[in-house]
Amino acid sequence: MAQKITISPVTRVEGHGKVTIHLNDEGEVTQSRFHIVEFRGFERFVQGRPYWEAPVLVQRLCGICPVSHHLGAAKAMDVIVGAGTGDGLTPTGEKMRRLMHYGQILQSHALHFFHLASPDLLLGIDADPAVRNVIGLVTSPDYRDLAVQGVMMRKYGQEIIEATAGKKIHGTGAIPGGINKNLSVEERDRFLKGEDPLNADTMISWAEAAVTLFREYHKKHRDMVDHFSKFPSNHLSLVGKDGALDLYHGKLRAVDAEGNKLLDDVDYQHYLDHIAEEVRSWTYMKFPYLTKLGNEKGWYRVGPLARLNTCDFIPTPKAQQAFEVYKAYTNGKPNDMCMHTHWARLIESLFAAESIKELLEDSDLQGEDRVKKGTRQNEGIGLIEAPRGTLFHHYRINASDQIEMANLIVSTTHNNQPMNEAIHIVAKAQMNGRGKITEPMMNAVEVAIRAYDPCLSCATHALGKMPLEITLFDHRDRLIDRKVR
Amino acid sequence: MGKVSTFTIDGVKCMAGEGSYIVDAARQNNIYIPTLCDVQGVPPKGACRTCTVRVNGKLMTSCTSRVHDGMEIENNVPELNDLRKSIIEMLFVEGNHLCPTCEKSGNCELQALAYRYAITVPRYPFLFPRRNIDFTHPRIIKDHNRCILCKRCIRVIKDKDGKNIFAFLNRGFKTRIYVDPDLAENLTEELAQKAVDICPVGAIIKRGQGFETPIGRRKYDKHPIGSELEE
Repeated sequence: MAQKITISPVTRVEGHGKVTIHLNDEGEVTQSRFHIVEFRGFERFVQGRPYWEAPVLVQRLCGICPVSHHLGAAKAMDVIVGAGTGDGLTPTGEKMRRLMHYGQILQSHALHFFHLASPDLLLGIDADPAVRNVIGLVTSPDYRDLAVQGVMMRKYGQEIIEATAGKKIHGTGAIPGGINKNLSVEERDRFLKGEDPLNADTMISWAEAAVTLFREYHKKHRDMVDHFSKFPSNHLSLVGKDGALDLYHGKLRAVDAEGNKLLDDVDYQHYLDHIAEEVRSWTYMKFPYLTKLGNEKGWYRVGPLARLNTCDFIPTPKAQQAFEVYKAYTNGKPNDMCMHTHWARLIESLFAAESIKELLEDSDLQGEDRVKKGTRQNEGIGLIEAPRGTLFHHYRINASDQIEMANLIVSTTHNNQPMNEAIHIVAKAQMNGRGKITEPMMNAVEVAIRAYDPCLSCATHALGKMPLEITLFDHRDRLIDRKVR
Repeated sequence: MGKVSTFTIDGVKCMAGEGSYIVDAARQNNIYIPTLCDVQGVPPKGACRTCTVRVNGKLMTSCTSRVHDGMEIENNVPELNDLRKSIIEMLFVEGNHLCPTCEKSGNCELQALAYRYAITVPRYPFLFPRRNIDFTHPRIIKDHNRCILCKRCIRVIKDKDGKNIFAFLNRGFKTRIYVDPDLAENLTEELAQKAVDICPVGAIIKRGQGFETPIGRRKYDKHPIGSELEE
């Protein structure tokens, strides 16, 4: 008999969502959908507020990577105050923001890999849920040190954010046209040469060790890592002007599954010429796509996997070395293996740790020329590579300095279609021909979602944790089974 | 030197010039009485009632009452502190005070008093009034969501002829501060900054500027309100 399965809530991700899976009379999966069931509407209630409030106000969307929204909005406001489109700031302004951003990348990636994803990999997808979590790692003699490293990497990143933004969460450092503080020599020395483990060199060596850990895991679990939820797609991200991995500023680039460039050297101020969003009735999250390919074929992935597919190289030595090994595995072609997102994420963590050290050694961070302003503009777009992927902030300001329009396209929204694809593939693999839902089946679906490190609150500009619901319906939409967690 | 009055605050013997307002006399004796509308050197108004003390058994505002010989003043006692706390809570629920995104956060006297009195959730229901933001003046923005009608701007900001640039408009719950249109041009850059600085909350903010003081260096980041007298 045909069925519909609902997984609700999805766990160990940020926000609240559910999955529905439809099966036909033969018990084969015919449709899988990832629904985001929360809504907050930041785009609406920033309207009417003064534009300089945007970087502080909009970051309240999220408590995990608020720095991305803070910087995304600040970059848009740089355009508004006439400070150019991302590369017109003073060296102190830009480098302080970069330091803030890489501090965040380090802490968010550490949070995702060590706290949220690694329990699935290290303890097993089908391990008892009671121990399949970060506490399970801490209490395991094999993984205790690793879990502590994850916690300390997160702490180091958070303290970088505090030193640049004023607070670990929801700071005020980035202001239109620059930054409101520089880095003191004492702060610099603490991050560079602080007591172990909280110094730049330890972070680099731990990030390097995490890449090695994943590679070792890969060797032992090649089949799962390479084939779990693998599917071809387009990929989109910022890249530096020279094609380097750059998470703060650059041009838009998109490649197809074969690595052919679909977009290149695109100024993101013109993103609307290249990207559109589709609304579907069953979810609050929109579906962006490349306009030149249309909504059927134009969807793409963003995030660590996409970034390492679009960039030509990584501008720090150890991360570049890791990148070369990573690229060699697919013979230089785009990587479409879902679980390799974790590998890419760890290479980015290494890049972030190395970038932090480079920035700390730069005396521009102690500069006093922090803000630049020029001719006031009425419209500005800020783009940044958030930990989870490409983040657009677009604002229009009226003559009275009020925000008239805001449009945010966050990473999880870009990954909407890919997550739906991933769920469908895993659901087919796990549930075809089986009417009864088991806990490992549900977790396998979540593992596919988790690889994208989604932030569902950001995606709908909504509030909350992410519980998961799975429901099973028959072909007449009759509820067969439902699991809520 | 003029005549000196001797009085007590919470049993502590104090002295101040005869005729001083209680709030000023307390300050001279390193005793803090909270206030949101009082400005040193400007005739008092008694608008906010936060400085209410009990004198010889009667409640009165310390910014408008003068000290006399032999006065027994109660200030930092549980009953009065709870009254003050309730006044601050009323100010919060009566407007739309969203501290996390307010430019004045960390420099705001209302917020600082809320911390002093450990306000977590107000005892009164939020009113969520619909109020606008006035963007009409080229130098300042008036966010009526945050205004507590203390009248500081009205009393302090005067043009070179001594005329009030700010005034109240409407009455009761609809009362708003506004800039006299005939005198709007007289609000110079210097006076605009003074209006921003004198506003105890974030109701008057400078156009095009925000969050320029980093967290950690704002007025109340490290020193709670009143601590300058109490330390």
